[in-house]
Amino acid sequence: MWNYTEKMMEYFKNPKNVGEIENPDAVGEVGSIVCGDALKLTLRIDEKTHKIIDAKFKTFGCASAIASSSVLTEMIKGKTLEEASKITNQDIADYLGGLPEQKMHCSVMGMEALEAAIENYYTKKGVKRIIGEQERVVCKCFNVTEKTILKAIELNNLKTVDEVTHFTKAGGGCGGCKGEIEKIIKDFWAGKEKIDFNSMTVVEKIKIVERILNEDINPKLKADGGFLELVDIEGNKIKVKFLGACSTCPSAGLTFKDVVQKDLKNKINGEIEVVLV
Amino acid sequence: MQRIVYFDNNATTKVDEEVKKEMEIFFTELYANPSSMHYFGGQVQKYLDLSRQKISELLGCLPEEIIFTSCGTESDSSAIYSALKTNPDKRHIITTAVEHPAVLNLCKHLETQGFRVTYLKVDENGMIDLKDLENALTRDTAVVSIMWANNETGVIYPVEKAAEICKKRGVLFHTDAVQAVGKIPINLSKTDIDMLSISGHKIHAPKGIGVLYVRKGVKFSPFLIGGHQERGRRAGTENVPYIAGLGKAAELALKNMEKENTYVKNLRDMLEKKISENIPNIKINGLNSPRLPNTSSVSFGYVEGESILLLLSEKGICASTGSACSSGSLEPSHVLMAMNIPFTYAHGTVRFSLSVYNTEEEVDYVVRELADVIKKLREISPFADGKPLFGLDVCETHKHHH
Repeated sequence: MWNYTEKMMEYFKNPKNVGEIENPDAVGEVGSIVCGDALKLTLRIDEKTHKIIDAKFKTFGCASAIASSSVLTEMIKGKTLEEASKITNQDIADYLGGLPEQKMHCSVMGMEALEAAIENYYTKKGVKRIIGEQERVVCKCFNVTEKTILKAIELNNLKTVDEVTHFTKAGGGCGGCKGEIEKIIKDFWAGKEKIDFNSMTVVEKIKIVERILNEDINPKLKADGGFLELVDIEGNKIKVKFLGACSTCPSAGLTFKDVVQKDLKNKINGEIEVVLV
Repeated sequence: MQRIVYFDNNATTKVDEEVKKEMEIFFTELYANPSSMHYFGGQVQKYLDLSRQKISELLGCLPEEIIFTSCGTESDSSAIYSALKTNPDKRHIITTAVEHPAVLNLCKHLETQGFRVTYLKVDENGMIDLKDLENALTRDTAVVSIMWANNETGVIYPVEKAAEICKKRGVLFHTDAVQAVGKIPINLSKTDIDMLSISGHKIHAPKGIGVLYVRKGVKFSPFLIGGHQERGRRAGTENVPYIAGLGKAAELALKNMEKENTYVKNLRDMLEKKISENIPNIKINGLNSPRLPNTSSVSFGYVEGESILLLLSEKGICASTGSACSSGSLEPSHVLMAMNIPFTYAHGTVRFSLSVYNTEEEVDYVVRELADVIKKLREISPFADGKPLFGLDVCETHKHHH
């Protein structure tokens, strides 16, 4: 038996806002009967204020899926679309007093239905919004995209394939995509590991900076005929120099800020200082 | 205390009062070790023999063919490992895709140890084809393990015929009879079954006691090694109170066999009839196969099993589900998947398993509450009753691989 909170059981037994709004201003549909859970969210939205006046849901799924859907409708009512879009799956789970980890995908489903509904609203209004780049389906059994996986990893600090499965269901079917999920996790965190740069030896510092220059930064500059060279390292201060086309390029300053500084800080840590010499 | 209507007897059963009474004396009075030389110990030994006698009557075998174990799982593991150890040159195992995890996961583990396993498929009625067994048997096959009856659907497998086929080919045959014993008549002396597993707590004995039957003349290699108990076939001081309890339970099971197949079967049939009459869009699984008299696996379309169980539980009704969400896995049970139950139904599967303690009044109560629960969940479901399945085509193209 699952260790469900009393609050969750209450929302499951007496769900609020069950149903469908007639002629809704926005509809969000996620999941499928094959996958074992599905949610249809319908919204009434005030055209002027963009506030969600009413929200109703219909859910096929386990107790936590029904409870998550119900609290979602409660949480978003009265909020503007902008405010509502900030709600995360963790917020939904927290509202219920927590969910068992294997059930976290139920809260993710709520968040996705809301995203889909907001998307649907703007599409209907003819507003073009930037659609995420990573719509690639990773888990074909449960139709989970890379975007969903990356978002779950970031929001919930996920480190293992099992955790990703608990939160998104990805990898829970045939398991064929587990290797890919592992790579997504690795790649995600590879960019996030904080390095204690200051206490490294000079040789270690040179090696890591050279590696980032060679693997990440210079390949980008190379396209424009430029090149970046490490000049010196003093404590937390990394001194670099533009060569080739970059040395005379008028937008080199912008490149330095947007690419060089950002990449180095992301890969090492935010405390380092990068200067052009 | 809230009223409990217990329709989950394939999970475990209530210990019979008579069984409980039978056990009591062995805790504080006849507590000696049956292996001891003194008279006190010898007195206890007699009760082990008595229990063995009663169990052999239930199974139609010789008392010395009974080995006491700690549970059905231990019996299954002992049987399969023994078959492999006594046939060291053979590396192939045949079982079914619908076995209990006690056999299925053991076989999966053995695959990682260099053994080859054939999993016999089942059709939409949950039935195996014995031709598949004949085709799968090779000179390399060490053991065939086929359950006597399925725990989820109650489907009864033709294990006697399967054992006959195996005997002709010189291959050991084991059956996990945990669900079948006490529910259908068994006479092992008339079969070619080499090994058979029983679990006490499925027949109104306590949890923590099991039996492995090993036919006389079949080579056996013990799983637990140590003392000389059970004639060297299972080391460890005998669990005397539980063994005595199991003996009593076996005696009662034999006595109740007819009631199981008349009274309990009637209740089960009544339950299915009333569910069919009162709730639309349902499917009874394994209906076209021979089934245990007490088991009913019903799939409710467009709703999810865990939700059904939790709402039933609110009404004091205990049942089980093969749905994905209840177990923390993401797919419906391997049994339902093997039977190719459509997804619209598989996720909403509930198993009701009855016993001689259930009543007609309980059946009525369950059907009444169940109808309410299904109605309520279908009102919440976006798919219910003929509405377009908006996501179905999205996922349908992706076949779930196994």
